[in-house]
Amino acid sequence: MIYLRLFWEFFKAGLFTVGGGLASLPFLYEISDKTGWYSYAQLADMIAISESTPGPIGINMATYVGFTSAGVLGSVVASIGFIVPPLIIASIVSRFLKKFSENRLVKGAFYGLRAVSVALVCSALVSVAEISLINVPLFGKTGNFFDLISIPGIVLAVLCWFLLKKKNPHPVVILGMSAAAGIAFGFLGLI
Amino acid sequence: MKELFELFLAFARIGGLTFGGGYAMLPMLQREAVEKKGWVTEEELMDYYAVGQCIPGVIAVNTAVFIGTKAKGLAGAIAASLGVISPSIVIIVAIAAFIQSFSELPIVQNAFAGIRVGVCVLILSAVLKLFKKAIIDKFTFGLFAVVFALSVFTDISPILFVIMAALAGITVHVFFIKGGKAK
Repeated sequence: MIYLRLFWEFFKAGLFTVGGGLASLPFLYEISDKTGWYSYAQLADMIAISESTPGPIGINMATYVGFTSAGVLGSVVASIGFIVPPLIIASIVSRFLKKFSENRLVKGAFYGLRAVSVALVCSALVSVAEISLINVPLFGKTGNFFDLISIPGIVLAVLCWFLLKKKNPHPVVILGMSAAAGIAFGFLGLI
Repeated sequence: MKELFELFLAFARIGGLTFGGGYAMLPMLQREAVEKKGWVTEEELMDYYAVGQCIPGVIAVNTAVFIGTKAKGLAGAIAASLGVISPSIVIIVAIAAFIQSFSELPIVQNAFAGIRVGVCVLILSAVLKLFKKAIIDKFTFGLFAVVFALSVFTDISPILFVIMAALAGITVHVFFIKGGKAK
């Protein structure tokens, strides 16, 4: 029963995602590993769409992964599974809000959790880089350094980085530019 | 019942009109929940927002639950959080169905090859911002380095890292920190 499994996987992700939408990525990679419902490349595309459409990124990701795995009902089941744990926890916490945020144990837990949340998003970044910028399997076969990195990819990444730092545009601008560059690279036969 | 529906609609507007969630939501929340409906005060909204970042889950949903609870109890919390997620479901399903039917075209595949590079850059930029806030001393740096290495090179579940980090954070905070950063 794929819907029950989806609900359960996203329930766990919702329970252990700390620190906003991107922090759910490691769980989405784990679901991909365990179930094979979608590939890493599909997941990277889903991140792009979720960043460029309205709504919280975490919810958009849950909806998209749910849809890719099991259609429209899947998207509803996944996003509801994802919000049930916060719904329960926030309802309980709302009874003693002030005390909660000043509690020593809570402060301590988040002191550790924030660090791990960054580490987990970092490892998700490595997974996205592995399908877009570097090609470890090809390098392993040929041993040629130029097979390890995608030159057009690196050039595009550097351009995006400077645009982001200089102009601070909306993510959708960066992604639109990347899409145009990808199409241009395709015409030039670079990818 | 009317107020529940209003909660649902207000949060559907917030979910459907803000990009990226998190901080982008705050001005919309102020307008809908404080100014238009008077469900909460400005100060309460700030408290909700701060605590909403300190519990598991998506910040937008946590804040919706707090405001919904204040306005109409548990039913209000459910109405508000369903409101936040419904625009996402409609928009994403429409886009996903559209993209699915064109995903075989080479031009679409090339576009996404480019987009994945853009995604890398956006995540890197988000990670650097988070890093500055979260990695504040030797302990947090050590925790970051160990968990990063383990999650890249092993198949250990992220759930285990999250639980261990909370326990380690509590231990260090309670035993080694006196009001400031770890030595």
